[in-house]
Amino acid sequence: MANSQRYTREIPHRYRLEAQKFPSGFVSLPRRLVDPISGKKEFEKIKLAGFGTILTYTIIHVASDHFKFQTPFAVAIIETDEGARLTAMITDTKFEDIKIGAKVELVFRKIMEEGASGIINYGYKAKVIV
Amino acid sequence: MRDVAIIGVGMTKFGELWEQNIRDMFAEAALKAMENANVEKIDALYVGAMSSGLYAFQEHLGSLMADYIGQVGVPAVRIESACSSGGQAVRMGFLDVASGMHDIVLVGGVEKMWDVEDGTFVLATASDQEYEAYNGVTFPGLYAMIARAYMEKYGLTREELAQVPIKNHKHAVNNPNAQYPFEIDLKTVLNSSMVADPLRLMDCSPITDGAACIILCPLDRAKEFTDKYVKIRGVGAASGPIALHDHKDLTRLEAVFLAGQRAYNMAGVTPNDINFVEVHDCFSIAEIVVAEELGFFEYGKGGKAIAEGQGTYGGKIVINPSGGLKAKGHPVGATGVAQIIEAYYQLTNQAGKRQVQNARIGMTQNMGGSGGSCVVHILEGM
Repeated sequence: MANSQRYTREIPHRYRLEAQKFPSGFVSLPRRLVDPISGKKEFEKIKLAGFGTILTYTIIHVASDHFKFQTPFAVAIIETDEGARLTAMITDTKFEDIKIGAKVELVFRKIMEEGASGIINYGYKAKVIV
Repeated sequence: MRDVAIIGVGMTKFGELWEQNIRDMFAEAALKAMENANVEKIDALYVGAMSSGLYAFQEHLGSLMADYIGQVGVPAVRIESACSSGGQAVRMGFLDVASGMHDIVLVGGVEKMWDVEDGTFVLATASDQEYEAYNGVTFPGLYAMIARAYMEKYGLTREELAQVPIKNHKHAVNNPNAQYPFEIDLKTVLNSSMVADPLRLMDCSPITDGAACIILCPLDRAKEFTDKYVKIRGVGAASGPIALHDHKDLTRLEAVFLAGQRAYNMAGVTPNDINFVEVHDCFSIAEIVVAEELGFFEYGKGGKAIAEGQGTYGGKIVINPSGGLKAKGHPVGATGVAQIIEAYYQLTNQAGKRQVQNARIGMTQNMGGSGGSCVVHILEGM
């Protein structure tokens, strides 16, 4: 269960896809102080355009309690056109259209509800462009 | 640095231990190890556990366990590195003895997994909580994505992948401490329920209660206690990215490669010198990728090699003679220590029907998360 400040501080990345581009070319969606590749501390703030490619995926049939009412659902690792890597649920897509190499668009969606009195979690999901 | 020996071991049976709480299990394993090593007093204690807080609502295991094994007063601390907590605790104990700080060190691992309902959530805390688990991915899901990428890149078939758990269950038949000491066949694997496509229930290590402990001392003092001891010849540890998506190549676990190289270099041996290896087969695909990273097979060829019998008795190298995590059981924090115990049994010729003949050098490989941490030990019989 997230309290509101834990949730709010990730909003720039989850809602607006604000990311950092480092000199090595590494692009990080979560904020970082240091480039994990080069160790350099300079970076450029960028906003991901929201398009990318599926590198691998799975269909989850057994989920944690927070997600159990959504099973089966697909999750994929995506590389955006800017080179950022992220893990996202696949939405609005038939399972048979999910393939390694498929192009996706990131869309803003509800992720899950933290019970009756918790926060409603929002963020990005990926939609396969057929 | 001083040379370090393992002079005694003890463990609980692995399984659903409804009668025992976390301290009962640890105390049973610790007292067995102390009796086995003929020691009554220890100088320091390291306890590996991944998530005793979420699994057993208990932190501060150093104090708890020192108290309940009758060793109050010794320095005692818990070591955490997700599923590699046990192996990392062994490494800390090794450093403690090697440095000259302490002589008799007890290293244990423990996990009480059957007391909570949502174990899937607990395990997912070893991933990037805000950027992986937040988006619904589970641990089987992460390894399923490695499996999917590997199968696509190298053409590994679903049937070949199934040979990993089939082999490990076969090995476990001769392990009296194993959770599932029975054989399974291809049909059982392929008909088991889907967990995270393409991984099915029989690709996944189980939920297990258990504890495992060992006693370390300087090699030159080992004979004071026992004539059955082994030398820790190499130790290597490494970290990897916390998130699977930040692994450049999704068919690799580079922390395993790094930890392996460090252990090989320290021990002065190569993969060809290793007689058996206990690897972290949390999921069937993990055993294949790990065996490649440790240099036993070329990249992309491990799956087919294991399916052809190269990972069992009579093959290139015996992988997981204990039955591995899949069949022996995987009480997360205890696993890394239990792997060392299997190596100890093999190298002191006490492994019974699962004895690897003429085993002289053995390896253990324990990892956390989706390759976020890894620790490798190379042990030598004396």
